[in-house]
Amino acid sequence: MKNLPIKAIHRAMLVLSGLALALTLILPIWRIELDAAQYPEGLELLIYSYKLDGQVDIINGLNHYIGMKTLHADDFVEFTVLPYILAAFALAFIAVGARGNRRSMQVLFICFVVFGVVAMVDFWVWEYNYGHDLDPNAPIKVPGMAYQPPLIGFKQLLNFGAYSIPDSGGWIIVATGLILLYCVVAEWKRNKTKISI
Amino acid sequence: MKTKNFLVSAAIVLAVTMGFQACKPKGTQSAVSGNAAEKTYVAPGQYDEFYSFVSGGFSGQLSVYGLPSGRLLRVIPVFSLDPEKGWGFSEETKPMLETSHGSVPWDDLHHVQLSKTDGEYDGKWVFVNANNTPRIARVDLTTFRTAEILELPNSGGNHSSPFITQNTEYVVAGTRFSVPPDGEKSDMSIEKFKENFKGTLSFVRVNKESGNMDIAFQIETPGVNYDLSRAGKEASHGWFFFSTYNTEQANTLQEVNASKNDKDFILAVNWKKAEEYLKAGKGKKVSNVKYAHNVYDEHSHTSKSTIKNEVIVLNSAELEGLCYYIPCPKSPHGVDIDPTGEYIVGSGKLAALIPVFSFTKMQKAIKDKAFEGTFEGIPVIKYEAALHGEVQKPGLGPLHTEFDGKGNAITSFFVSSELVKWNIKDLKVLDRVPTYYSVGHLMIPGGDTKSPDSKYVVAFNKITKDRFLPTGPELAHSAQLYDISGDKMQLILDFPTIGEPHYAQAVRAEKVKDKSLKIYKLEANKHPHFANGEAEARVERKGNKVHVYLTTIRSHFTPDKIEGVQLGDEVYFHVTNIEQDWDMPHGFAIKGANNGELLVMPGETQTLKWVPDRIGIFPMYCTDFCSALHQEMAGYVRVSPKGSNVPLSFGTGDKMTTK
Repeated sequence: MKNLPIKAIHRAMLVLSGLALALTLILPIWRIELDAAQYPEGLELLIYSYKLDGQVDIINGLNHYIGMKTLHADDFVEFTVLPYILAAFALAFIAVGARGNRRSMQVLFICFVVFGVVAMVDFWVWEYNYGHDLDPNAPIKVPGMAYQPPLIGFKQLLNFGAYSIPDSGGWIIVATGLILLYCVVAEWKRNKTKISI
Repeated sequence: MKTKNFLVSAAIVLAVTMGFQACKPKGTQSAVSGNAAEKTYVAPGQYDEFYSFVSGGFSGQLSVYGLPSGRLLRVIPVFSLDPEKGWGFSEETKPMLETSHGSVPWDDLHHVQLSKTDGEYDGKWVFVNANNTPRIARVDLTTFRTAEILELPNSGGNHSSPFITQNTEYVVAGTRFSVPPDGEKSDMSIEKFKENFKGTLSFVRVNKESGNMDIAFQIETPGVNYDLSRAGKEASHGWFFFSTYNTEQANTLQEVNASKNDKDFILAVNWKKAEEYLKAGKGKKVSNVKYAHNVYDEHSHTSKSTIKNEVIVLNSAELEGLCYYIPCPKSPHGVDIDPTGEYIVGSGKLAALIPVFSFTKMQKAIKDKAFEGTFEGIPVIKYEAALHGEVQKPGLGPLHTEFDGKGNAITSFFVSSELVKWNIKDLKVLDRVPTYYSVGHLMIPGGDTKSPDSKYVVAFNKITKDRFLPTGPELAHSAQLYDISGDKMQLILDFPTIGEPHYAQAVRAEKVKDKSLKIYKLEANKHPHFANGEAEARVERKGNKVHVYLTTIRSHFTPDKIEGVQLGDEVYFHVTNIEQDWDMPHGFAIKGANNGELLVMPGETQTLKWVPDRIGIFPMYCTDFCSALHQEMAGYVRVSPKGSNVPLSFGTGDKMTTK
């Protein structure tokens, strides 16, 4: 089975995706928006590859009522590892696009999917711990209540509505993943056609 | 027959009586038309179109109302103590009320001027005057707080103030009560008014960036009463106009003795000429004066009061071309300049007409020396030579005039209790509406700028009577809002005000609202007793002074348990609100304190001094409901006898420190 090189258009798409992925190093990847009656202007927590931003101090101040741990970027090993992983993927996309090797592309796709799944599981675990590991001395205790934010979408947590969605960096990761999927499928079809002829 | 005659006569009497009833002036009901509610209704959650800064008169404060709703948004403490906000009670704000007479806890705030750039409001500052102990204050419109207060020497009754020039070059202050110049020689018989009393006009320079004020120069003029003033603009930029009364120079029973002359004066001051004379060194340095200059610094959250001893005085009689008097009928009150700067309207409060002067004609009269004589060395221009014309029979008791920017003026009439609209060019009366009752000042948003917003006029009335539900002998003053967008002025709203509203000014909300500060940044806090976070909260003893570096955050004080204070100590609570969230002030009060509370904004530090008068346990608590656990935001201070061996200790929760 001869391994045909990737079509130029697909190679270009992969290189551009790699460049776009590099932007995720400086753009927020995920955002959790909070709103309540007292916060008509809303509060937001922005998750970057290397830091937390938004109104972290205010959210920490409010969370002490229900005994949630305060958020500190230093507590997350993810913030030291993630920038390297994203940079590596950006380079890998560019390299695969430049070389045009189909096998490498398939390997990259599998790695990217694994990364996506692991990242989301990690995020969920983090949210779970954050929402369940409550200080028993908290002033406000609601029996049976946990404060795990939604992985994606909306959830009401006492007086706060929490809305969790990818931010610009997150959408880039999703988009580059889809482009990669498209390239893999398109190349697979092309290869199959060529071989059957 | 007799019965019939009687019945006929009775019917006639009844008919006549009813006829008279029908002739009785109509009340408010008839004055308000159908869509008034629609025009003033600002739906919940919606903003007003204008910020209106309304003087608080004898309350000494400045109020802020939204227009057209008439909702009270805020009262800014300026010249009077305000225990609610700790103004004058916190250690940081005490210096703001210092004067050369010591701390003065009250004043009478009459007039309001928004800062201008190129003849339009720039939304940076509001200047206000203190009438009793002569001062000018500047309120910052990012914080809505008083940022500076400057006292004025050689002055008494700072009434024709704080009117400003079109680029806020100067804020003026003319004395309503002429007095002998300050110093050792001022001890003299009141009978010597004519010879020795002077009318001093202060020109206060304003720094373009910081807004800081200082007295650039004073002009010494004859001893008369300077009532109100306005700066020229556009064509007349470079000139200032002051109304005068008591040109009779009476020193007693002014009611009669200061009302004798048919004409008093409007004083025209060429301040550009004054600058030239100043540069040429024609000013006299006077150093037997004493006046306070108080500045609040929003970064250190503290204020400083400095006493100054020098001022430069220009003599109006000696310096040619500096001042001219224009005769104006019967004790003029308001002197108002139209948007083009060409027309000067004098409102003789006892006159039956309104004279309108022309700046062009006045300039020509000066050139042609069309003078009828001099008054204490100052040329008096011939009345007719400067006159554009007179508005005949406008009403009774004209006081103030504002402009609609469409070529018309609206004048308030105290005695006939009405607003009258007239055309500036042809001087014809166009419309009149009653006010409830006895209007004093009036205000059109932007009414003294180059381009007034001719939507509304507000009447600020001196008498209230039956306008609102009765509240005993003491009533709130009333204000009325009229729609002036059409040909006919239409009453659309009545609202009560604080103190006595004199002047007000209104600016479009967009010019101010986006610059409004939400919090003070902790990292910018330069207060000498700032505690940067709970880790720096502590108690220190220095002799008999105990300094508590206290932090507040929802919902606890750090420290909230303090022991080791002794009778005879002075305790200073330096409260830093370490919140960085909008609208999260914390209050601070302690039992038995002989002053007020503190209300500390996020990121700010304020200090309350407390001298305990007895031993025992003293609760302290947060006074501003801050959170669901506000009631828990409290603590205790233990006071022991002098020389007690109770060690100084403090802390919150389990973290206690003993010294």
